[in-house]
Amino acid sequence: MNVFDIIGPVMVGPSSSHTAGAVRIAAVTRKLLGEDVKHAVIKLHGSFASTYKGHGTDRAIIGGLLGYKLDNPAIRESLKHAGDVGLEYSFEPADLGDVHPNTVLIEATGVSGKKIKVMGCSVGGGRIIIKRIDNFQVEFTGEYFTLVIEHMDKPGVIGAVTSVLGQNLINIAEMRDYRSYRGGSAVMIIETDQEICKSLIEQIRNLPDVYSVVGIEALEI
Amino acid sequence: MLTYKSVKEIADAAVKEQKNISDIVIAEQAVRLNRSVEELYEKMAYNFKIMKESVEEGLSSSQKSISGLSGGDAVKLKRHLESGFSIGGSFFNKMLQKAIAVSENNARMGRIVAAPTAGSCGIIPAVLITIFEEYSIPEEKVVMSLFTSAAIGMVIANRASISGAEGGCQAECGSASAMAASAAVELMGGTPIMVSNACAIALKSVLGLVCDPVGGLVEIPCIKRNAAGSANALAAAEMALAGIESIIPADEVIDAMGSIGNLMPRVLKETAEGGLAATPTARKLFKNKCCGW
Repeated sequence: MNVFDIIGPVMVGPSSSHTAGAVRIAAVTRKLLGEDVKHAVIKLHGSFASTYKGHGTDRAIIGGLLGYKLDNPAIRESLKHAGDVGLEYSFEPADLGDVHPNTVLIEATGVSGKKIKVMGCSVGGGRIIIKRIDNFQVEFTGEYFTLVIEHMDKPGVIGAVTSVLGQNLINIAEMRDYRSYRGGSAVMIIETDQEICKSLIEQIRNLPDVYSVVGIEALEI
Repeated sequence: MLTYKSVKEIADAAVKEQKNISDIVIAEQAVRLNRSVEELYEKMAYNFKIMKESVEEGLSSSQKSISGLSGGDAVKLKRHLESGFSIGGSFFNKMLQKAIAVSENNARMGRIVAAPTAGSCGIIPAVLITIFEEYSIPEEKVVMSLFTSAAIGMVIANRASISGAEGGCQAECGSASAMAASAAVELMGGTPIMVSNACAIALKSVLGLVCDPVGGLVEIPCIKRNAAGSANALAAAEMALAGIESIIPADEVIDAMGSIGNLMPRVLKETAEGGLAATPTARKLFKNKCCGW
Protein backbone atom coordinates (compact mmCIF):
# COMPACT_ATOMS: atom_id res chain seq x y z
CA MET A 1 0.00 0.00 0.00
CA ASN A 2 1.23 3.50 -0.79
CA VAL A 3 -0.12 7.05 -0.48
CA PHE A 4 -1.82 6.85 -3.89
CA ASP A 5 -3.85 3.81 -2.86
CA ILE A 6 -5.38 6.10 -0.24
CA ILE A 7 -5.57 9.42 -2.13
CA GLY A 8 -6.49 7.81 -5.44
CA PRO A 9 -7.13 6.35 -7.86
CA VAL A 10 -8.53 9.02 -10.12
CA MET A 11 -11.62 7.28 -11.40
CA VAL A 12 -15.07 7.61 -12.84
CA GLY A 13 -17.65 7.06 -10.05
CA PRO A 14 -19.65 5.96 -8.26
CA SER A 15 -17.91 3.11 -6.45
CA SER A 16 -14.25 2.16 -6.16
CA SER A 17 -15.19 -1.50 -5.79
CA HIS A 18 -18.18 -1.68 -8.18
CA THR A 19 -16.85 0.66 -10.85
CA ALA A 20 -13.06 1.14 -10.73
CA GLY A 21 -12.33 -2.49 -9.80
CA ALA A 22 -14.70 -3.67 -12.53
CA VAL A 23 -12.88 -1.61 -15.19
CA ARG A 24 -9.58 -3.14 -14.07
CA ILE A 25 -10.79 -6.76 -14.23
CA ALA A 26 -12.15 -6.17 -17.73
CA ALA A 27 -8.94 -4.44 -18.80
CA VAL A 28 -6.90 -7.46 -17.68
CA THR A 29 -9.28 -9.71 -19.66
CA ARG A 30 -8.76 -7.63 -22.80
CA LYS A 31 -5.00 -7.70 -22.29
CA LEU A 32 -4.97 -11.49 -21.84
CA LEU A 33 -7.07 -11.92 -24.97
CA GLY A 34 -4.57 -9.76 -26.80
CA GLU A 35 -7.01 -8.37 -29.36
CA ASP A 36 -10.24 -6.39 -29.69
CA VAL A 37 -13.22 -8.09 -28.09
CA LYS A 38 -16.02 -9.14 -30.43
CA HIS A 39 -18.33 -10.86 -27.99
CA ALA A 40 -18.56 -11.11 -24.22
CA VAL A 41 -20.76 -13.00 -21.78
CA ILE A 42 -20.43 -11.38 -18.36
CA LYS A 43 -21.51 -13.36 -15.32
CA LEU A 44 -22.01 -11.26 -12.21
CA HIS A 45 -21.96 -12.72 -8.72
CA GLY A 46 -23.26 -11.45 -5.36
CA SER A 47 -23.31 -7.70 -4.83
CA PHE A 48 -22.15 -7.19 -8.43
CA ALA A 49 -25.29 -9.01 -9.62
CA SER A 50 -27.72 -7.14 -7.37
CA THR A 51 -26.50 -3.56 -7.88
CA TYR A 52 -24.63 -3.52 -11.20
CA LYS A 53 -26.89 -1.12 -13.06
CA GLY A 54 -27.02 1.55 -10.37
CA HIS A 55 -23.25 1.37 -9.86
CA GLY A 56 -22.50 1.43 -13.58
CA THR A 57 -20.66 -1.89 -13.22
CA ASP A 58 -21.98 -2.86 -16.67
CA ARG A 59 -20.59 0.32 -18.25
CA ALA A 60 -17.35 -0.14 -16.32
CA ILE A 61 -16.83 -3.70 -17.58
CA ILE A 62 -17.65 -2.84 -21.18
CA GLY A 63 -15.39 0.23 -20.88
CA GLY A 64 -12.57 -1.98 -19.66
CA LEU A 65 -13.15 -4.45 -22.52
CA LEU A 66 -12.99 -1.51 -24.94
CA GLY A 67 -9.62 -0.55 -23.46
CA TYR A 68 -10.70 2.53 -21.49
CA LYS A 69 -8.71 3.52 -18.42
CA LEU A 70 -10.60 3.90 -15.15
CA ASP A 71 -10.57 7.69 -15.27
CA ASN A 72 -11.97 7.92 -18.81
CA PRO A 73 -15.35 9.73 -18.77
CA ALA A 74 -16.25 7.75 -21.92
CA ILE A 75 -17.04 4.87 -19.55
CA ARG A 76 -20.42 6.55 -19.01
CA GLU A 77 -21.28 5.97 -22.66
CA SER A 78 -19.45 2.68 -23.12
CA LEU A 79 -22.58 0.62 -23.83
CA LYS A 80 -23.36 2.89 -26.75
CA HIS A 81 -19.74 2.78 -27.96
CA ALA A 82 -19.85 -1.02 -27.81
CA GLY A 83 -22.74 -0.90 -30.28
CA ASP A 84 -20.79 1.45 -32.53
CA VAL A 85 -17.78 -0.87 -32.75
CA GLY A 86 -19.81 -4.09 -32.94
CA LEU A 87 -18.96 -5.49 -29.50
CA GLU A 88 -21.84 -7.77 -28.54
CA TYR A 89 -22.34 -8.51 -24.89
CA SER A 90 -24.75 -9.90 -22.34
CA PHE A 91 -24.90 -9.63 -18.57
CA GLU A 92 -26.18 -12.51 -16.46
CA PRO A 93 -26.49 -12.87 -12.69
CA ALA A 94 -24.72 -16.07 -11.66
CA ASP A 95 -23.72 -18.06 -8.61
CA LEU A 96 -19.98 -18.43 -9.01
CA GLY A 97 -19.63 -20.44 -5.81
CA ASP A 98 -17.79 -19.61 -2.60
CA VAL A 99 -16.14 -16.43 -3.87
CA HIS A 100 -15.85 -12.76 -2.86
CA PRO A 101 -19.21 -10.87 -3.02
CA ASN A 102 -17.93 -8.70 -5.88
CA THR A 103 -16.87 -11.32 -8.39
CA VAL A 104 -17.28 -11.43 -12.16
CA LEU A 105 -16.58 -14.09 -14.76
CA ILE A 106 -15.97 -12.69 -18.23
CA GLU A 107 -16.12 -15.04 -21.23
CA ALA A 108 -14.64 -13.02 -24.06
CA THR A 109 -14.22 -13.83 -27.74
CA GLY A 110 -11.83 -11.76 -29.81
CA VAL A 111 -12.12 -10.56 -33.40
CA SER A 112 -10.02 -13.51 -34.59
CA GLY A 113 -12.24 -16.00 -32.75
CA LYS A 114 -9.81 -16.49 -29.87
CA LYS A 115 -11.59 -17.14 -26.58
CA ILE A 116 -10.71 -16.56 -22.95
CA LYS A 117 -12.45 -16.86 -19.57
CA VAL A 118 -11.28 -14.65 -16.74
CA MET A 119 -12.67 -14.52 -13.23
CA GLY A 120 -11.75 -11.65 -10.95
CA CYS A 121 -12.93 -10.08 -7.74
CA SER A 122 -12.96 -6.47 -6.67
CA VAL A 123 -11.78 -6.36 -3.08
CA GLY A 124 -12.21 -2.66 -2.20
CA GLY A 125 -10.73 0.72 -3.03
CA GLY A 126 -10.37 -0.35 -6.68
CA ARG A 127 -8.00 -3.18 -5.85
CA ILE A 128 -8.60 -6.47 -7.67
CA ILE A 129 -7.53 -10.11 -7.58
CA ILE A 130 -7.64 -12.22 -10.75
CA LYS A 131 -8.68 -15.70 -9.61
CA ARG A 132 -9.10 -17.73 -12.77
CA ILE A 133 -7.82 -17.75 -16.34
CA ASP A 134 -9.63 -20.37 -18.45
CA ASN A 135 -9.48 -23.48 -16.27
CA PHE A 136 -6.48 -22.41 -14.23
CA GLN A 137 -7.03 -21.17 -10.66
CA VAL A 138 -4.53 -18.33 -10.37
CA GLU A 139 -4.03 -15.34 -8.08
CA PHE A 140 -2.55 -11.96 -8.91
CA THR A 141 -3.42 -8.34 -8.21
CA GLY A 142 -1.93 -6.34 -11.07
CA GLU A 143 -0.01 -4.16 -8.59
CA TYR A 144 3.24 -5.33 -10.20
CA PHE A 145 4.14 -5.83 -13.83
CA THR A 146 2.77 -9.33 -14.38
CA LEU A 147 3.81 -11.99 -16.87
CA VAL A 148 1.25 -14.67 -17.66
CA ILE A 149 3.02 -17.54 -19.39
CA GLU A 150 1.30 -20.64 -20.72
CA HIS A 151 3.70 -23.54 -21.06
CA MET A 152 4.14 -27.29 -20.96
CA ASP A 153 4.59 -28.80 -17.50
CA LYS A 154 8.10 -30.10 -18.04
CA PRO A 155 11.46 -29.84 -16.23
CA GLY A 156 13.54 -26.82 -17.17
CA VAL A 157 10.84 -24.48 -18.52
CA ILE A 158 10.58 -22.39 -15.34
CA GLY A 159 14.38 -22.29 -15.10
CA ALA A 160 14.71 -21.12 -18.70
CA VAL A 161 12.18 -18.31 -18.17
CA THR A 162 13.69 -17.09 -14.90
CA SER A 163 17.21 -17.24 -16.40
CA VAL A 164 16.14 -14.89 -19.18
CA LEU A 165 14.67 -12.51 -16.59
CA GLY A 166 17.77 -12.70 -14.39
CA GLN A 167 20.13 -12.07 -17.30
CA ASN A 168 18.14 -8.93 -18.09
CA LEU A 169 18.27 -7.72 -14.47
CA ILE A 170 14.53 -8.20 -13.97
CA ASN A 171 13.82 -8.90 -10.30
CA ILE A 172 10.97 -11.30 -9.52
CA ALA A 173 8.76 -10.07 -6.68
CA GLU A 174 6.54 -13.16 -6.62
CA MET A 175 5.90 -16.16 -8.82
CA ARG A 176 3.64 -19.17 -8.91
CA ASP A 177 3.00 -21.99 -11.35
CA TYR A 178 -0.32 -23.73 -11.82
CA ARG A 179 -0.61 -26.90 -13.89
CA SER A 180 -3.62 -28.72 -15.23
CA TYR A 181 -2.08 -32.15 -14.65
CA ARG A 182 1.41 -33.67 -14.61
CA GLY A 183 2.97 -33.18 -18.03
CA GLY A 184 -0.01 -31.15 -19.23
CA SER A 185 -0.32 -27.45 -19.82
CA ALA A 186 0.51 -24.99 -17.07
CA VAL A 187 0.37 -21.28 -16.33
CA MET A 188 3.21 -19.37 -14.75
CA ILE A 189 2.41 -16.02 -13.11
CA ILE A 190 5.46 -13.86 -12.50
CA GLU A 191 5.22 -10.46 -10.84
CA THR A 192 8.29 -8.31 -11.37
CA ASP A 193 9.74 -5.09 -9.98
CA GLN A 194 10.64 -3.82 -13.44
CA GLU A 195 8.63 -3.42 -16.63
CA ILE A 196 9.39 -5.97 -19.30
CA CYS A 197 9.81 -4.73 -22.86
CA LYS A 198 8.24 -6.30 -25.94
CA SER A 199 11.50 -7.77 -27.24
CA LEU A 200 12.13 -9.57 -23.96
CA ILE A 201 8.56 -10.92 -23.98
CA GLU A 202 9.23 -12.16 -27.52
CA GLN A 203 12.45 -13.81 -26.33
CA ILE A 204 10.50 -15.69 -23.63
CA ARG A 205 7.81 -16.67 -26.13
CA ASN A 206 10.50 -18.26 -28.32
CA LEU A 207 11.75 -20.51 -25.52
CA PRO A 208 11.02 -24.24 -26.01
CA ASP A 209 7.67 -25.45 -24.59
CA VAL A 210 6.35 -21.92 -24.00
CA TYR A 211 2.96 -21.52 -25.69
CA SER A 212 2.10 -17.90 -25.02
CA VAL A 213 3.28 -14.90 -23.02
CA VAL A 214 1.30 -11.82 -22.01
CA GLY A 215 2.78 -8.89 -20.10
CA ILE A 216 0.36 -6.78 -18.05
CA GLU A 217 1.54 -3.33 -17.01
CA ALA A 218 1.40 -2.57 -13.31
CA LEU A 219 -1.51 -0.46 -12.13
CA GLU A 220 -0.38 3.13 -12.07
CA ILE A 221 0.70 4.49 -8.74
CA MET B 1 11.20 3.45 7.09
CA LEU B 2 7.76 4.30 8.43
CA THR B 3 5.53 1.27 8.95
CA TYR B 4 2.24 3.23 8.76
CA LYS B 5 0.98 1.09 11.61
CA SER B 6 0.81 3.90 14.15
CA VAL B 7 -0.11 7.59 14.11
CA LYS B 8 2.18 8.04 17.11
CA GLU B 9 5.12 6.60 15.15
CA ILE B 10 4.56 9.14 12.36
CA ALA B 11 3.96 12.13 14.65
CA ASP B 12 7.01 11.26 16.80
CA ALA B 13 9.20 10.92 13.70
CA ALA B 14 8.06 14.34 12.47
CA VAL B 15 8.66 15.95 15.88
CA LYS B 16 12.12 14.36 16.09
CA GLU B 17 13.08 15.64 12.65
CA GLN B 18 11.38 18.99 13.28
CA LYS B 19 9.42 18.64 10.07
CA ASN B 20 5.82 18.42 8.99
CA ILE B 21 4.31 14.94 8.72
CA SER B 22 3.86 15.48 4.98
CA ASP B 23 7.61 16.10 4.53
CA ILE B 24 8.68 12.87 6.17
CA VAL B 25 5.94 10.90 4.39
CA ILE B 26 6.79 12.11 0.89
CA ALA B 27 10.50 11.43 1.51
CA GLU B 28 9.81 7.92 2.80
CA GLN B 29 7.39 7.08 -0.04
CA ALA B 30 9.92 8.27 -2.63
CA VAL B 31 12.43 5.74 -1.29
CA ARG B 32 9.84 2.97 -1.06
CA LEU B 33 8.42 3.52 -4.54
CA ASN B 34 11.81 4.18 -6.12
CA ARG B 35 10.63 7.57 -7.45
CA SER B 36 11.83 11.10 -6.86
CA VAL B 37 10.12 13.40 -4.36
CA GLU B 38 9.29 15.70 -7.30
CA GLU B 39 7.53 12.86 -9.18
CA LEU B 40 5.40 12.02 -6.16
CA TYR B 41 4.60 15.69 -5.63
CA GLU B 42 3.51 16.04 -9.27
CA LYS B 43 1.32 12.95 -9.02
CA MET B 44 -0.37 14.33 -5.89
CA ALA B 45 -0.69 17.78 -7.51
CA TYR B 46 -2.51 16.06 -10.38
CA ASN B 47 -4.88 14.38 -7.92
CA PHE B 48 -5.53 17.78 -6.31
CA LYS B 49 -6.28 19.23 -9.75
CA ILE B 50 -8.84 16.46 -10.36
CA MET B 51 -10.38 17.20 -6.94
CA LYS B 52 -10.83 20.84 -7.94
CA GLU B 53 -12.30 19.83 -11.30
CA SER B 54 -14.73 17.46 -9.63
CA VAL B 55 -15.94 20.33 -7.41
CA GLU B 56 -16.47 22.56 -10.45
CA GLU B 57 -18.20 19.83 -12.44
CA GLY B 58 -20.44 19.01 -9.50
CA LEU B 59 -21.41 22.65 -8.92
CA SER B 60 -22.16 23.30 -12.58
CA SER B 61 -24.74 20.56 -12.95
CA SER B 62 -28.10 19.63 -11.48
CA GLN B 63 -28.26 16.47 -13.55
CA LYS B 64 -29.60 13.40 -11.76
CA SER B 65 -27.68 10.17 -11.19
CA ILE B 66 -28.47 7.00 -13.20
CA SER B 67 -30.88 5.86 -10.49
CA GLY B 68 -32.50 9.30 -10.35
CA LEU B 69 -32.09 9.32 -6.56
CA SER B 70 -29.61 12.19 -6.35
CA GLY B 71 -28.42 15.37 -8.02
CA GLY B 72 -29.01 19.10 -7.68
CA ASP B 73 -28.38 19.61 -3.97
CA ALA B 74 -24.96 21.29 -4.30
CA VAL B 75 -26.58 23.94 -6.49
CA LYS B 76 -29.30 24.41 -3.85
CA LEU B 77 -26.67 25.14 -1.20
CA LYS B 78 -24.99 27.64 -3.51
CA ARG B 79 -28.29 29.48 -4.08
CA HIS B 80 -28.98 29.42 -0.36
CA LEU B 81 -25.68 31.20 0.35
CA GLU B 82 -26.47 33.75 -2.33
CA SER B 83 -29.86 34.38 -0.68
CA GLY B 84 -28.05 35.79 2.37
CA PHE B 85 -29.79 33.47 4.84
CA SER B 86 -26.93 31.06 5.48
CA ILE B 87 -26.63 30.05 9.13
CA GLY B 88 -23.03 28.90 8.97
CA GLY B 89 -21.81 31.69 6.70
CA SER B 90 -19.61 31.62 3.65
CA PHE B 91 -16.87 29.20 4.76
CA PHE B 92 -19.24 26.58 6.13
CA ASN B 93 -21.70 26.75 3.25
CA LYS B 94 -18.99 26.61 0.60
CA MET B 95 -17.44 23.58 2.28
CA LEU B 96 -20.78 21.75 2.30
CA GLN B 97 -21.36 22.77 -1.34
CA LYS B 98 -18.10 21.14 -2.32
CA ALA B 99 -18.69 17.95 -0.34
CA ILE B 100 -22.09 17.51 -2.00
CA ALA B 101 -20.83 18.62 -5.43
CA VAL B 102 -18.05 16.01 -5.53
CA SER B 103 -20.31 13.26 -4.17
CA GLU B 104 -23.09 14.07 -6.64
CA ASN B 105 -20.53 14.12 -9.42
CA ASN B 106 -19.40 10.68 -8.27
CA ALA B 107 -22.98 9.39 -8.29
CA ARG B 108 -23.48 10.51 -11.88
CA MET B 109 -20.30 8.71 -12.95
CA GLY B 110 -18.19 11.84 -13.10
CA ARG B 111 -14.45 11.81 -12.48
CA ILE B 112 -13.33 11.92 -8.85
CA VAL B 113 -10.36 10.98 -6.67
CA ALA B 114 -11.12 8.10 -4.30
CA ALA B 115 -10.14 9.55 -0.90
CA PRO B 116 -9.93 7.02 0.59
CA THR B 117 -12.91 5.54 -1.31
CA ALA B 118 -15.33 6.79 -3.95
CA GLY B 119 -18.18 6.74 -1.43
CA SER B 120 -16.30 9.20 0.79
CA CYS B 121 -14.65 11.20 -2.02
CA GLY B 122 -16.23 14.57 -1.14
CA ILE B 123 -14.87 15.12 2.36
CA ILE B 124 -11.17 15.80 1.80
CA PRO B 125 -11.69 18.08 -1.25
CA ALA B 126 -14.43 20.00 0.60
CA VAL B 127 -12.28 20.76 3.64
CA LEU B 128 -8.96 21.40 1.90
CA ILE B 129 -10.16 23.32 -1.16
CA THR B 130 -12.32 25.58 1.01
CA ILE B 131 -9.34 26.37 3.27
CA PHE B 132 -7.21 26.87 0.14
CA GLU B 133 -9.68 29.35 -1.34
CA GLU B 134 -10.88 31.17 1.75
CA TYR B 135 -7.46 31.68 3.35
CA SER B 136 -5.40 32.09 0.16
CA ILE B 137 -2.99 29.33 1.16
CA PRO B 138 -0.29 28.45 -1.43
CA GLU B 139 -1.37 25.46 -3.51
CA GLU B 140 1.90 23.68 -2.77
CA LYS B 141 1.06 23.50 0.93
CA VAL B 142 -2.37 22.06 0.19
CA VAL B 143 -0.89 19.39 -2.10
CA MET B 144 1.63 18.50 0.61
CA SER B 145 -1.12 18.21 3.22
CA LEU B 146 -2.63 15.41 1.11
CA PHE B 147 0.45 13.32 1.99
CA THR B 148 -0.44 13.81 5.65
CA SER B 149 -4.02 12.73 5.07
CA ALA B 150 -2.78 9.72 3.06
CA ALA B 151 -0.44 8.68 5.89
CA ILE B 152 -3.31 8.82 8.39
CA GLY B 153 -5.44 6.81 5.94
CA MET B 154 -2.73 4.17 5.61
CA VAL B 155 -2.56 3.75 9.39
CA ILE B 156 -6.35 3.39 9.54
CA ALA B 157 -6.29 0.85 6.68
CA ASN B 158 -3.52 -1.10 8.43
CA ARG B 159 -4.99 -1.08 11.95
CA ALA B 160 -8.70 -1.16 11.12
CA SER B 161 -10.32 -0.71 7.70
CA ILE B 162 -11.32 1.90 5.14
CA SER B 163 -14.05 -0.26 3.61
CA GLY B 164 -17.75 0.12 4.42
CA ALA B 165 -18.29 -3.57 3.74
CA GLU B 166 -15.76 -4.40 6.46
CA GLY B 167 -16.19 -1.62 9.00
CA GLY B 168 -19.34 0.36 8.23
CA CYS B 169 -19.52 4.04 7.30
CA GLN B 170 -17.23 4.96 10.22
CA ALA B 171 -14.49 3.23 8.18
CA GLU B 172 -15.24 5.22 5.01
CA CYS B 173 -16.67 8.67 5.81
CA GLY B 174 -15.19 8.42 9.31
CA SER B 175 -11.71 7.74 7.97
CA ALA B 176 -12.04 10.47 5.34
CA SER B 177 -13.13 12.89 8.06
CA ALA B 178 -10.13 12.02 10.25
CA MET B 179 -7.82 12.34 7.24
CA ALA B 180 -9.30 15.72 6.31
CA ALA B 181 -9.06 17.02 9.88
CA SER B 182 -5.41 15.96 10.10
CA ALA B 183 -4.48 17.65 6.82
CA ALA B 184 -6.40 20.81 7.78
CA VAL B 185 -4.45 21.10 11.03
CA GLU B 186 -1.11 20.80 9.27
CA LEU B 187 -2.28 23.28 6.64
CA MET B 188 -3.17 25.85 9.31
CA GLY B 189 0.22 25.50 10.98
CA GLY B 190 -0.61 22.95 13.67
CA THR B 191 2.04 20.64 15.14
CA PRO B 192 2.26 16.90 14.38
CA ILE B 193 0.80 16.25 17.85
CA MET B 194 -2.16 18.48 16.99
CA VAL B 195 -2.53 16.51 13.75
CA SER B 196 -2.85 13.26 15.67
CA ASN B 197 -5.34 14.88 18.08
CA ALA B 198 -7.45 16.05 15.14
CA CYS B 199 -7.44 12.52 13.73
CA ALA B 200 -8.53 11.10 17.09
CA ILE B 201 -11.24 13.71 17.74
CA ALA B 202 -12.75 13.40 14.25
CA LEU B 203 -12.85 9.61 14.33
CA LYS B 204 -14.20 9.46 17.89
CA SER B 205 -17.22 11.49 16.84
CA VAL B 206 -18.36 9.02 14.18
CA LEU B 207 -17.66 5.71 15.93
CA GLY B 208 -20.44 3.22 15.30
CA LEU B 209 -21.71 4.84 12.13
CA VAL B 210 -23.18 2.06 9.99
CA CYS B 211 -23.11 1.61 6.22
CA ASP B 212 -26.75 1.32 5.12
CA PRO B 213 -27.00 2.59 1.55
CA VAL B 214 -30.48 2.58 0.09
CA GLY B 215 -30.60 0.00 -2.70
CA GLY B 216 -26.87 -0.59 -2.18
CA LEU B 217 -26.10 2.54 -4.18
CA VAL B 218 -23.54 5.19 -3.19
CA GLU B 219 -26.20 7.91 -2.89
CA ILE B 220 -28.57 7.78 0.11
CA PRO B 221 -27.27 8.59 2.71
CA CYS B 222 -23.69 8.68 1.41
CA ILE B 223 -23.83 12.06 -0.32
CA LYS B 224 -25.16 13.95 2.72
CA ARG B 225 -22.80 12.03 5.00
CA ASN B 226 -19.95 13.51 2.98
CA ALA B 227 -21.24 16.96 3.95
CA ALA B 228 -21.57 15.89 7.58
CA GLY B 229 -18.10 14.31 7.44
CA SER B 230 -16.56 17.59 6.31
CA ALA B 231 -18.34 19.50 9.10
CA ASN B 232 -17.07 16.96 11.61
CA ALA B 233 -13.54 17.33 10.23
CA LEU B 234 -13.72 21.10 10.59
CA ALA B 235 -14.94 20.81 14.19
CA ALA B 236 -12.11 18.40 15.06
CA ALA B 237 -9.46 20.53 13.35
CA GLU B 238 -10.67 23.65 15.13
CA MET B 239 -10.50 21.90 18.51
CA ALA B 240 -7.06 20.44 17.84
CA LEU B 241 -5.69 23.79 16.69
CA ALA B 242 -7.01 25.32 19.91
CA GLY B 243 -4.78 22.91 21.77
CA ILE B 244 -7.58 20.55 22.82
CA GLU B 245 -6.26 17.03 23.27
CA SER B 246 -7.88 13.66 22.80
CA ILE B 247 -7.38 11.75 26.05
CA ILE B 248 -7.68 8.52 24.06
CA PRO B 249 -4.71 8.52 21.63
CA ALA B 250 -5.37 8.33 17.88
CA ASP B 251 -4.06 4.76 17.54
CA GLU B 252 -6.41 3.52 20.25
CA VAL B 253 -9.35 5.35 18.69
CA ILE B 254 -8.53 3.65 15.37
CA ASP B 255 -8.36 0.26 17.13
CA ALA B 256 -11.73 0.97 18.73
CA MET B 257 -13.16 1.80 15.30
CA GLY B 258 -11.78 -1.49 13.96
CA SER B 259 -13.23 -3.54 16.79
CA ILE B 260 -16.61 -1.79 16.52
CA GLY B 261 -16.53 -2.63 12.79
CA ASN B 262 -15.94 -6.28 13.61
CA LEU B 263 -18.78 -6.30 16.12
CA MET B 264 -21.17 -4.58 13.69
CA PRO B 265 -23.80 -6.92 12.25
CA ARG B 266 -23.41 -7.86 8.59
CA VAL B 267 -26.77 -6.27 7.71
CA LEU B 268 -25.31 -2.86 8.60
CA LYS B 269 -22.19 -3.19 6.47
CA GLU B 270 -23.01 -2.24 2.88
CA THR B 271 -25.41 -5.11 2.31
CA ALA B 272 -28.42 -2.76 2.03
CA GLU B 273 -30.38 -5.07 4.33
CA GLY B 274 -30.60 -2.90 7.44
CA GLY B 275 -30.77 0.66 8.75
CA LEU B 276 -31.94 3.28 6.26
CA ALA B 277 -31.90 0.71 3.46
CA ALA B 278 -34.57 -1.28 5.30
CA THR B 279 -36.94 1.63 5.98
CA PRO B 280 -40.44 1.51 4.46
CA THR B 281 -39.60 4.40 2.13
CA ALA B 282 -36.39 2.77 0.89
CA ARG B 283 -38.16 -0.55 0.35
CA LYS B 284 -40.98 1.16 -1.49
CA LEU B 285 -38.54 3.02 -3.74
CA PHE B 286 -36.84 -0.18 -4.70
CA LYS B 287 -39.98 -2.22 -5.03
CA ASN B 288 -41.21 0.20 -7.64
CA LYS B 289 -37.96 0.88 -9.41
CA CYS B 290 -35.48 -1.83 -8.54
CA CYS B 291 -35.94 -3.87 -11.70
CA GLY B 292 -33.97 -1.14 -13.45
CA TRP B 293 -31.06 -1.56 -11.05
